[in-house]
Amino acid sequence: MNAHARNPAPADPMMPHPFRIERVRRELSDTFTMEMVPQSGGGFRFRPGQFNMLYVFGVGEIPISISGDPGDGAVLVHTTRAVGAVSQALDNLKAGDIVGVRGPFGSYWPVEQAFGHDLVFVAGGVGLAPLRPAIYQAMANRERFGKVVVLYGARTPADILFRKELEKWRGRFDMNVMVTVDRVAGKWNSDVGVVTNLVAKGGFDPLHATAFVCGPEVMMRYVALALEKRGVALSSVWLSMERNMKCGCGLCGHCQWGSDFVCKDGPVFRYDQIADRLSVREL
Amino acid sequence: MPGFDSPAAAAVVLDKGGLDGLIAGLGAGGFRVIGPTVSGDAVVYDDITSVKDLPAGWGDEQQGGRYRLVKRQDGALFGYTAGAQGWKRHLYPPRQTLFTARRKDKGYEVLPPPPAPPPMAFIGVRACELAAMAVHDRVFGDKTAPEPGYQRRRAAAFVVAVECGQAGGTCFCASMGTGPEVTAGFDIKLVELPARGVFVATAGSSAGADMLARLKVAAATEADKAEAARRVAGARPAKIMDTAQARGLQAKAEHSRWDEVAKRCLTCGNCTMVCPTCFCSSVEDSTDLKGETSERTRTWDSCFSIDFSYIHGGAVRTQARSRYRQWITHKLSAWHDQFGGSGCVGCGRCITWCPVGIDITEEVAAIAASDQGR
Repeated sequence: MNAHARNPAPADPMMPHPFRIERVRRELSDTFTMEMVPQSGGGFRFRPGQFNMLYVFGVGEIPISISGDPGDGAVLVHTTRAVGAVSQALDNLKAGDIVGVRGPFGSYWPVEQAFGHDLVFVAGGVGLAPLRPAIYQAMANRERFGKVVVLYGARTPADILFRKELEKWRGRFDMNVMVTVDRVAGKWNSDVGVVTNLVAKGGFDPLHATAFVCGPEVMMRYVALALEKRGVALSSVWLSMERNMKCGCGLCGHCQWGSDFVCKDGPVFRYDQIADRLSVREL
Repeated sequence: MPGFDSPAAAAVVLDKGGLDGLIAGLGAGGFRVIGPTVSGDAVVYDDITSVKDLPAGWGDEQQGGRYRLVKRQDGALFGYTAGAQGWKRHLYPPRQTLFTARRKDKGYEVLPPPPAPPPMAFIGVRACELAAMAVHDRVFGDKTAPEPGYQRRRAAAFVVAVECGQAGGTCFCASMGTGPEVTAGFDIKLVELPARGVFVATAGSSAGADMLARLKVAAATEADKAEAARRVAGARPAKIMDTAQARGLQAKAEHSRWDEVAKRCLTCGNCTMVCPTCFCSSVEDSTDLKGETSERTRTWDSCFSIDFSYIHGGAVRTQARSRYRQWITHKLSAWHDQFGGSGCVGCGRCITWCPVGIDITEEVAAIAASDQGR
């Protein structure tokens, strides 16, 4: 999994490249999507599941996964939830403003390896954002897969990310989309409960399925167990891990986890290679 | 500078005047010369200009949580063992400016970097410290993202190694295969013969040979070489680390000893600061008061701080047991998988400078002693 196969790292991996924000779209009360292009022209190539370090001048830098279409190299898309100083500063930026970008970093969802399989996406909350590029890539190669299933869990109906897109996907005959919420507020006439329950409902062939899972760590652990229980091979389940990162390229040590740096050996890991670690508290 | 290219050159003998000439010659050659000197009741590696700056007649006494300078009778210039801090603070300084940028229109422009500081010459590098540099060469030499600042400083450095004449109270280089013999990675190697006030010197690179050729030296006799070999033979440490047990720590994540050590560990991070291979850093961006100029700085960080593992919602490692486990397991066990060798060179600093004297070798032995873990 060579993260840098397409974009060779710059001479100084800590030097951000200026990108201009073209458009900002509000997704949820605290979540927004930015489309940006390199200030110096050209495009941006990445693989689904990879991330960038985004720099707000004078404020700081954070790792944010890429949420756009890997088939569209003209624009870089990030979906961010404003939870800290830098993400809130990002939230205050408008079209025309400049963001520093370093990346893309890390491993990716191995969409090609799932050819011939049912492809199951399991997302929790804003974890749908790092999966969306893989969903785009899968749908661009739709004939290569069996079923394509998206299982999504949000806290409440108001927290459903990319809702219009989920509804559009749900309207397709070649996609199976199920959405559940933890608790109901307002109108909701669908599933209530954790996303793990949707895994149990199935709708895919566990013996010939590949699953990409992204969400809070505890959610991913239970989803992986549910997939295992249904008979999906551990080596066909992939998770995207999150740890503190200051550099994105294996220099700062913050994301060191077991024998891996989450930033460059991950964030996307094969479940059977990390299952031991997931069960250790505070590793 | 160092290609460490020439094979075993002929040993020569130089006296303190010759060593002074070496220091002066390196300074005249444009190097910032850094060597051991006494400061704040400890041996620290700092700027020197002559042999007068060296810790003549000082040795040290080291044990868990204790470091004292002690007077030696033989007037040795390198009679101490490991200095309080290694060479990391020079090759990978505690605070580095990565870039400075100025606000421009709706974005920013990166200002040209200041001119690179002069190359450094290190006097008195121990075998374990050479091993630590080799470890950092791997850590900062990743093919996809090499660390340019370290690479530049390291490539330009001139290394004068001095073999230990005695073991310290906390070190265990022999267990880690890093010493006490100096075998590679130097421009010049010195063995001090304090009784005679001379050094047996060997060049390890063409730059080192050029330097030695300019000094007043005598050819080393067989007797000189034998005496030098006896010196280092007497420097083998008594303390032992079982490296196989150390490597097995990853399989012991749930051992009860982690709770026990957590009762003593203050999570102060001293061990990570003095460790010559700990490389973790934080990156900060800060502006001037007007918000016009922003600077990105890299500062040493420690896996013992709670903030180190912070992600939105809280820290991953909230307990002392988790943080101590992270440090020692990474260094002794996971490091092998990530960098092809142990992250420990056996210098003993983490034992000496731990305020409560936690001994990394004892912890490994205790964890290996019982077959619990997970």
